[in-house]
Amino acid sequence: MSDIASSSFVRRDLLTERPAPVKTTGFVGLMRTRLFNSPTNILLTIVGALLLWFTIVPSVRFLMVDAVWSGKDRTACLAENAGFAVGACWPYIQAKLPQLIYGFYPEAERWRVNLTFILAVALLVPLLVPRLPAKGLNASLFFFAFPVVAFFLLHGGGIKGFGLSWTAGLLELFDDSIIGAGQAVLGLSKTSAVAPLLWVVGNFIVLVGTAISWLILPLTWLRDQIQGAGQSVWADFAVTTAVVSLIAFGLGGGLRTGWRALASSIAAFAAIAVVIKLMGLDRGGLPVVTTNLWGGLLVTLVVSVTGIVTSLPIGIALALGRRSSIPLIRIFSIAFIEFWRGVPLITVLFFATYMLPLFLPGNFTVDGLVRALIGIALFTGAYQAENVRGGLAAIPRGQGEAAAALGLSWWKTTSLIVLPQGLRHVIPNLVNSFISLFKDTSLVSIVALFDLLGSLRASFSDPKWSTPSTAFTGFAFAGIIYFIFCFGMSRYSLFVEHRLNAHRRN
Amino acid sequence: MSDPIVKISGLNKWYGDFHVLRDIDLAVEKGERIVICGPSGSGKSTLIRCINALEEFQEGEIVVDGIALGPNLKHIDAVRREVGMVFQSFNLFPHLTVLENCTLAPIWVRNIPKKDAEINAMKFLERVKIPHQANKFPGQMSGGQQQRVAIARALTMNPKVMLFDEPTSALDPEMVKEVLDTMVDLAEEGMTMLVVTHEMGFAREVANRVVFMDAGQIIEANTPNEFFAAPQHARTKLFLSQILR
Ligand SMILES: Nc1ncnc2c1ncn2[C@@H]1O[C@H](COP(=O)(O)OP(=O)(O)O)[C@@H](O)[C@H]1O
Ligand SMILES: [Mg+2]
Repeated sequence: MSDIASSSFVRRDLLTERPAPVKTTGFVGLMRTRLFNSPTNILLTIVGALLLWFTIVPSVRFLMVDAVWSGKDRTACLAENAGFAVGACWPYIQAKLPQLIYGFYPEAERWRVNLTFILAVALLVPLLVPRLPAKGLNASLFFFAFPVVAFFLLHGGGIKGFGLSWTAGLLELFDDSIIGAGQAVLGLSKTSAVAPLLWVVGNFIVLVGTAISWLILPLTWLRDQIQGAGQSVWADFAVTTAVVSLIAFGLGGGLRTGWRALASSIAAFAAIAVVIKLMGLDRGGLPVVTTNLWGGLLVTLVVSVTGIVTSLPIGIALALGRRSSIPLIRIFSIAFIEFWRGVPLITVLFFATYMLPLFLPGNFTVDGLVRALIGIALFTGAYQAENVRGGLAAIPRGQGEAAAALGLSWWKTTSLIVLPQGLRHVIPNLVNSFISLFKDTSLVSIVALFDLLGSLRASFSDPKWSTPSTAFTGFAFAGIIYFIFCFGMSRYSLFVEHRLNAHRRN
Repeated sequence: MSDPIVKISGLNKWYGDFHVLRDIDLAVEKGERIVICGPSGSGKSTLIRCINALEEFQEGEIVVDGIALGPNLKHIDAVRREVGMVFQSFNLFPHLTVLENCTLAPIWVRNIPKKDAEINAMKFLERVKIPHQANKFPGQMSGGQQQRVAIARALTMNPKVMLFDEPTSALDPEMVKEVLDTMVDLAEEGMTMLVVTHEMGFAREVANRVVFMDAGQIIEANTPNEFFAAPQHARTKLFLSQILR
């Protein structure tokens, strides 16, 4: 025996390995060490088992055992016909599935929705699998090309001009609103007490507006020439391609190193041309399906994907703005964030839908779906800003200093050092917000947009399928759909978190 | 003699009302090694952080390799490209591998192609004797290794001056030597170095001059032999008596 108490000790015989006195591995070991190892744990295990029993068993009975699987109308799902207490009425879901997916989207055009879904999956899946190559191209296709293509697929319609006309149109609109404001001030000056001052200001604004209209005259003139000629889209397209490619060439370094930029610009425009040609955008495009006909899962996905994709950049910009050393930017960011965090989403949606049109200039309308989209994006953006800010705050000051000492600019320090680390810290919070955004999209049904839940509720009123279990079946189905998407996001975020935090494991 | 590579003249800095640097004048010749020591809070870090514009100052001028850094901090980028810095807490980028830490700035600041930057970075990682760890993350390395990576990272930018702010203070004793050895190697290759440290053995072996600071001022500057053998100022004597036993 060893005698540790004495001040000197030398081991004579090395100890051999022996098995643990109680079983710690395998099923029995697991039961003993994890589930029944203390009185409290025994109690918790029993409570847990009971909870499972009381939730899982009835759910399985309702959804599978007592369910009716086939039938033509409500009669199949009535207890007197089926001969037992009926659970879920699945034929009802089957009959209503098109409405739940597409809403009132015309039947003949539904292939466009399917094609959009397929395109989205085909672009999104490779983006999510880290092993696959060409992430840059894939991401730019998904984030920039896909939304445009999806718009013309889902909404339809064509284009009358291209970059040149749009730029000219935008500048003209801007200029018109300046002149309009000037004239409004002039109108006020007739009645006001400070009339001379207003008269001067109004005339000045109108003068500025007129000056701008002269400045942009070459552009609008060129636009009118192109519109006058036949093939206006392609003429405009050619001009835009030439101008943008030349700019890319110049920015890329001109004769020395600009060739790559030039090549990729021309390649991008060639791809755009192919898309325009394929979808016939120059000849009016696909028949227009206005957004009030969209519905079901289509609306849910459009709203949530747009919200998710736009809210993160908004959040990052606001979070950086909130930490800015420039007071104006900081104050704006804080006010913006606090405003959106202070109002409920329902209020935002109501405001965007019913009140915004009152504020906008008369001839300027924004589609109802787009208004809801903007509201949701800004609302979620404000929440994401606070999430991102939490991540940024966790980055030690030394990181920025080390980057600065290496000569990295603020932009490069932020995008290469601070943001990548900060965002990794808050992946769970970001995805949490995405998940609640996904579920909050169901709120759009109160502003007359029929998302998945709205379409479902509309289908309840069909007398052909009114049975005692119709509503339960519908909600169970919607719940499963929401769960699949949210659970998918949750698992994927765990995977990403694990992967991106490789550096924190030793 | 040629122009000094770092010339600090009439430098004054305040944190609010607190006068942290007072009338600092210091000229560093090309290839010179200067050790700065002094009690905690005497402004050593603040001084060397002014040299690469991590801190602003209110009066005076700093000229690095002919580029003037006035109180309004123009030419910051140009100066930072000439000056490398090693921090007490390493400040490696934890989300990047060792190799990526060493190629980031060459790629994004100097626009060097990735391949060349990697070859160059491996050369410096070999010099600090950790080429085989290039694909590890900083968190997987010991403090001494991390600090050597930090030195390599600064060197990849080919700086003309290297600043060290207590590079060994955060290290366990057995790792101090490996970092000091790396710094001695660097000194032998002729690098201009300003080192804030309390490693007096290093100062004796490597420094051309030892600068003693207290209360934001340079109290005494001398060759190591003179400095340690015959300190002049009472505060220097007191300081040395506390740190050398
Ligand atoms: N950001 C700051 N704001 C106010 N005081 C500071 C700040 N940074 C450092 N100080 C003060 O300036 C003095 C000098 O600091 P420092 O240069 O870090 O000293 P040293 O490196 O010699 O220990 C200290 O008294 C410290 O408290
Ligand atoms: Mg210090």
